[in-house]
Amino acid sequence: MIKILLNITLLALIVSVLSAQSVQPTAEELIKAIDANMSAENQVITSKMIVHGRRASRTIESRSWMVGNDMAFTEYLSPPREAGTKMLKTKDKLWTYSPQTDRIIQISGHMLRQSVMGSDMSYTDMMEDRPLLEMYDATLEGSEMIDGRKHWILYLDAKVDDVPYPKRRSWVDAEYLLPMKEELYAKSGKLLKSATIGEVMRVEGRWYPKSLNYKDELKRNSKGTDWIIVTIEFDVDIPASRFSKAALRK
Amino acid sequence: MLTLKLAYKNLAGAGLRTWLNVFVTALSFFLIIFMSGMYQGMEEHSLNVMIETEIAGGAYWHPEYDPADPIGLEDAHGRPPTPIAGLISEGQAVPVLISQAAIYPHGRIRPVLMKGTIPQQTVLDFPSSALADYEGSGIPVLIGAGMAKSNSLKEGDTFIIRWLDANRTYDAQEGIVVAIMKTENFQIDIGQIWVPIDRMQTMLSMPGEATYVTYAQGLDALSEIDGWILRDAAYLNRHMVAALDADRQSLPILYAILLALAAMGIFNSQVLTIFRRQREIGTLMALGMTRTKVVSLFTTEGGINAFLALIMTIVLGGPVLYWAATSGIPMLKLYGMDEGEIAEYGLIMAPRLISTYSVGLFVGTTILVSMIVLIVSYLPSRRIAKMKPTDALRGRIT
Repeated sequence: MIKILLNITLLALIVSVLSAQSVQPTAEELIKAIDANMSAENQVITSKMIVHGRRASRTIESRSWMVGNDMAFTEYLSPPREAGTKMLKTKDKLWTYSPQTDRIIQISGHMLRQSVMGSDMSYTDMMEDRPLLEMYDATLEGSEMIDGRKHWILYLDAKVDDVPYPKRRSWVDAEYLLPMKEELYAKSGKLLKSATIGEVMRVEGRWYPKSLNYKDELKRNSKGTDWIIVTIEFDVDIPASRFSKAALRK
Repeated sequence: MLTLKLAYKNLAGAGLRTWLNVFVTALSFFLIIFMSGMYQGMEEHSLNVMIETEIAGGAYWHPEYDPADPIGLEDAHGRPPTPIAGLISEGQAVPVLISQAAIYPHGRIRPVLMKGTIPQQTVLDFPSSALADYEGSGIPVLIGAGMAKSNSLKEGDTFIIRWLDANRTYDAQEGIVVAIMKTENFQIDIGQIWVPIDRMQTMLSMPGEATYVTYAQGLDALSEIDGWILRDAAYLNRHMVAALDADRQSLPILYAILLALAAMGIFNSQVLTIFRRQREIGTLMALGMTRTKVVSLFTTEGGINAFLALIMTIVLGGPVLYWAATSGIPMLKLYGMDEGEIAEYGLIMAPRLISTYSVGLFVGTTILVSMIVLIVSYLPSRRIAKMKPTDALRGRIT
């Protein structure tokens, strides 16, 4: 409880300092503010993922339980074909359970490069949970007005070898302190993926993305994958048993 | 001699019926030899193609490499041990580095196996040299006709290749199709792109590394290979041999149907002959011809039938068999397909399939057909043994 209160206080402090838009924050402060906004001790999210194909779109509904950045359990609720499929992530391991086969499979090696449920997001994208400052050197490149709102431009350059995307560029809304647009680059500098926040919402005193579009930029005419949050709850009690392999079959 | 003369006269007297029997037997004879020759030719061709384009003398695999385990592929790379590296530098072996990748032809994502090889290699018979001629900045890519067809690619087309390097960091660059190979081996075509190995080693941050090393035919296997695994040609061919064996299982059924058709014709003809020639048989028996001689007369008729069928096969079918063994059967034309489509089906098919016949095939088929004809000629004539000459003369068969 004390930890939760401390987090909220820290978040409020950072937000109040950085929200004064005339003050130019440091890159490090911006990343900390984003982290404070986006992470929580634990959270339960019901969301919809809309996978846009060439001919049709599919909507996949799921409910996720998350503790910090490295423990997550997701159960797919619809469509009927995907209902009952579950996914468990514990630190660097990922398992999926399919009710059709009644089997638990560990996703590893090259399988991590495959897309999640046919979306533009790969399992590798989903697995990355290290703090940004641990992986990247951050530089504040300046600011830009987008749709009449001030955005800080943040450039991240990998300082360790084992990061999926060696370069990233984010446009961080000066008020919401959320990366409204993010571009992920390959080692060669080629733009690989982008993430764009469509709507934001105010939840328990923080700004949080309500809808996000994740797109594989190498695909031509792709509309990407939309991710819409239906409900979100922060700091709820999640039993440890939720993150066990046994929970996948329940 | 009398039996032979009588048998010949009887056959000649039967006229069209005899020739129909001979024709059906000859057709069975021909089809068995033709089909067996075709299968044998197909098997030899498939194995030759695989050896020439993919297997050569055999390969040394990285200890983690298992083609059936794509998950383990990520760890299946390393520097070949010194003796194997020696073979590579002498040009007697060629390293191949494999990695999973994604390509975006026409903006659509396709998972592929990216394979790196030495463009100047001579161990395998495929046009890797096309990779050496490219001097542009993109990644030169060689693909098979099947891969080109399924992704609507042609020479000079470009697409983005995306891969993860040894540190699991994404990288992407433009690749250009420098050549499309018309290979008959779908295993080096479908779902794969070939690039120069030195370029790929740099791309993946795996300098000097390989997944397996294929060595030239006729070389003795090395003993000191530092944990790498020796896979000889027989091991690497085993799936193809098993597939051909499984396919061959259906042949005896076809042969049985063909032989049954021929046997039924002769059997029917013999039964009818015995029915129609009772008086003649009775007369011969009354004049002192033993039952054994009568039976041998009918069996000889069957034998002559088989002999005539053999002659007919040689005269009518011989040119066809010769043509199939020299010019070959234009399989792709027959099926109305091109190399790309064949590769998509996962088949190895020669543009012109050369049939191969062995002496054993001819002798074996001749013996088999003759034995069946003799048996079906003998069986109905056994009834004669039970016949009384008096009943036969009266036209009664018991």
